[in-house]
Amino acid sequence: MTHPLMTRRAALIAGGAVFLAGSAGALTVSKQSGERKFLLVILRGAMDGLAAAAPYGDAHYRAARGKLALAPPGEAGGVLPLTEGFGLHPDLAFLHERWKGGELAILPACASPYRERSHFDGQDVLETGAAEVFGASDGWLGRALGALPPGAKRDAVAISSALPLVLRGSASATSWAPSFAPSASEDTLNRLMDLYAGDTLLGPALAAAVETNAIASASGMDGMDSRRRRAGPGAYKGLAEVAGRLLSAEGGPAAAVLSFDGWDTHANQGAANGQLALRFAGLDAALSALKAGLGTHWTKTVVAVVTEFGRTVAENGTGGTDHGTGSTAFVLGGAVSGQKFAGDWPGLAPKALFECRDLAPANDLRSIFMAVLQDHWGLDRSLIGQTVFPDAAGVRAVPGLVRA
Amino acid sequence: MRTSDCIGLTGGVSPQSGRPILFWRLQRIFGFLAFNAKRNELSMSGSLTASIATNRFGLGARPGELAAASKDPKAWLAQQLKHTSNFAIKAKGLPTTRMAAEALSSYLDDLKAKTSRAAGKLAPEAQEEAILKPLKQLQDILVAEVEARTLRGMTAEASFAERLVLFWSNHFTVSANKAVTIPFAGVFEREVIRAGMTGTFADLLVASKRHPGMLLYLDQAQSMGPNSKAGHRREKGLNENLAREILELQTLGAQGGYTQADVTEFAKALTGWSLAGPRTKRLAPGADAGDFIFVARFHEPGARTLLGKRYSEAAEAQGEAILRDLANHPSTAQRIATKLARHFISDDPPAAAVETLAKSFRTRGGRLPALHETLISLEAAWQPEARKFKSPNEFFLSALRLTGLPKIERKGMVAAYGLLGQAPYQAPSPEGWPDDAASWAGPDAVIKRVEWAQALSDRLGSKIRPEDMTRAALGPAVSARTVQSIVRAESASQGLTLALMSPEFQRR
Repeated sequence: MTHPLMTRRAALIAGGAVFLAGSAGALTVSKQSGERKFLLVILRGAMDGLAAAAPYGDAHYRAARGKLALAPPGEAGGVLPLTEGFGLHPDLAFLHERWKGGELAILPACASPYRERSHFDGQDVLETGAAEVFGASDGWLGRALGALPPGAKRDAVAISSALPLVLRGSASATSWAPSFAPSASEDTLNRLMDLYAGDTLLGPALAAAVETNAIASASGMDGMDSRRRRAGPGAYKGLAEVAGRLLSAEGGPAAAVLSFDGWDTHANQGAANGQLALRFAGLDAALSALKAGLGTHWTKTVVAVVTEFGRTVAENGTGGTDHGTGSTAFVLGGAVSGQKFAGDWPGLAPKALFECRDLAPANDLRSIFMAVLQDHWGLDRSLIGQTVFPDAAGVRAVPGLVRA
Repeated sequence: MRTSDCIGLTGGVSPQSGRPILFWRLQRIFGFLAFNAKRNELSMSGSLTASIATNRFGLGARPGELAAASKDPKAWLAQQLKHTSNFAIKAKGLPTTRMAAEALSSYLDDLKAKTSRAAGKLAPEAQEEAILKPLKQLQDILVAEVEARTLRGMTAEASFAERLVLFWSNHFTVSANKAVTIPFAGVFEREVIRAGMTGTFADLLVASKRHPGMLLYLDQAQSMGPNSKAGHRREKGLNENLAREILELQTLGAQGGYTQADVTEFAKALTGWSLAGPRTKRLAPGADAGDFIFVARFHEPGARTLLGKRYSEAAEAQGEAILRDLANHPSTAQRIATKLARHFISDDPPAAAVETLAKSFRTRGGRLPALHETLISLEAAWQPEARKFKSPNEFFLSALRLTGLPKIERKGMVAAYGLLGQAPYQAPSPEGWPDDAASWAGPDAVIKRVEWAQALSDRLGSKIRPEDMTRAALGPAVSARTVQSIVRAESASQGLTLALMSPEFQRR
């Protein structure tokens, strides 16, 4: 079958040649100036990519998805039109605005190299950047920050209490979440720092926390009241606001990681309305709040929204979907050259499905991560291959994803 | 508002004065100190082995506990395994499974009535209110369960037994992060996990699958075979969530050697495993709400093949036969042994210790008391260096045990769990809570511990003797450096904060 996206893909590959010619030397240096921010949003639980960006024009879509299928644009509950035959879930209105403004690219049918169906192993591979489970003990973003040249801004923050695996391995990564307790006395912290002098676990952790607290308090966030934070999709927006303010603060970090839980929709996931729709609405509101929080920094920001794997194409027995393979990733921001699909579309024909049940993983998620590291942060391509993604020999950065 | 009633103190701790903002915040967190801390009597410092027994195997020594354990620390641990009463919680007001099921039914009825009438008429805020109000009934059950377990953790003399309950409850996670599981998470632990601690792993595995908490948490209750009578008629069918998580998390492990086909076969074998509720009266006459029922109309007919073995049993016996084989599989022994060693020894436990545990599991029929005795016998578990970083829950309970506080109040307890990042019965996924330092010792998590330790210390006032309290809890395991830091603190309160946050108290 020939699909409109195939030709688009061909155009992208052709554009790659231009990019390759300019990738060495001066370009690398220019990328170091200015504050180019990167935010990674991990949707934990395996987000249904076919519900996020629906291939409503695919001949097999309606039959394969059944009650989960979304209506074409213009109909009640219909998708928001993208390129021919594809549409965003109706609750992703902010993303649709970004698409129309040329600031959203979509990687369809994507996955990490992981091909089993365990959330925990899938997230492990997504975050380590390795080719297999437990392939590395640190995270690809942590390694990338460590590989940035001296002088580059290389700190990162996770909006969570624990440091996620993707950031481990970087000495300059920290974590932060709003608190409602009185902050710790400075004198006590100093005494503890002294007590932790020989402690390789607690010493660095406390030092990083003290530093991040200083930034947070300088940007007026130390009084944030986390008791009012809600669980579930209602909480996404508050976390994104925190990320936006931390990133845009004076001396704020270069990268941030946000995790949104609750995407494991085994039962009653709904279509235009329902549980999954509520999560999309929460995600959309969060990304909108993030843009607002970033202010002028938005123009130099790339946000990647990814999940560990997709879900079954067909509905399961309880109105939901089970663990699958290919999903959808969004890349958005003022620094993104968007309004395009950044990979192949394998189609929903029964024969095209992975193991007769899942959307085929036609595109490697690492291709967008590589593009961010290479074209947004100017990290040397051979360095990426050696230290960040050593197991990704066959994977190439998506060309032309980031504005020069 | 600034009275001692307001903050829940009835004893001789002087209220904070002159700091209204701080006071207001403290009230939210530390309203729970129901009594003044009983002055800690300096106990005999005890041996290092007693310190390890109480702190590494137990939940931290309470005042006087080191001395009690010192006579024979290993025997002190072993005797805890023998009595079912060490594992049981008998608190008034906690629901049985049936009561929890009835609470869920009434919640669902309430929700239906309110939302159907409200549909289209109410503003979004009012709709949310209509949904949240009935939910509160379920949340009240959860808070009562958290309170009962916290109280048990704070005061238990057999705290090794309590640690084992927490370990196994985490292994068979039923999280209250779904509305329908909220009333069941606590009773699942009490009626299945605690009751199963003197039996075998296989019995515990089967019992946990027959409880409504697990059946609802992992979407099993409505799963139907595609060729079953009910599956034919309705547009409902198979849900493989429970089958997958049993294989991946509770028995063989993700690398345990099974395929997607095994998952699907197992899910088919389990069809029909469900619970009685208002809509099952016709399917299971005579069953009470919350009872386990086998619904023949949901069950996929025929034999199943799993891991190369054919199961031709009929009905419920088919799923149970598979569960028992999985319980006795060598991959399961390996997985349980690794998790247990990781929990009690180190994040990366020595292979020999894992093998000793696995062998005990394999050769002694998966009997849990025998497995737990083997754990006590491991030399690697008695090394002087404390290598495990306490989870937030372990830190919280051990700090309260050190202070000797007899009681807590709800509001502050709930707030503290939220601050420290590990709300009981609310693990983020079926994998349960993580069990390694990297997951718990993030920068933000560490500073939140400091904030909580400081607030606790401030509430205890100036009459405490932090050096004595620390020696009574840790015995010879406390370092000279930490003692020096406590002694040099500018106040008793700061001294206790430093003690609670010291490297040795943060580990076990």
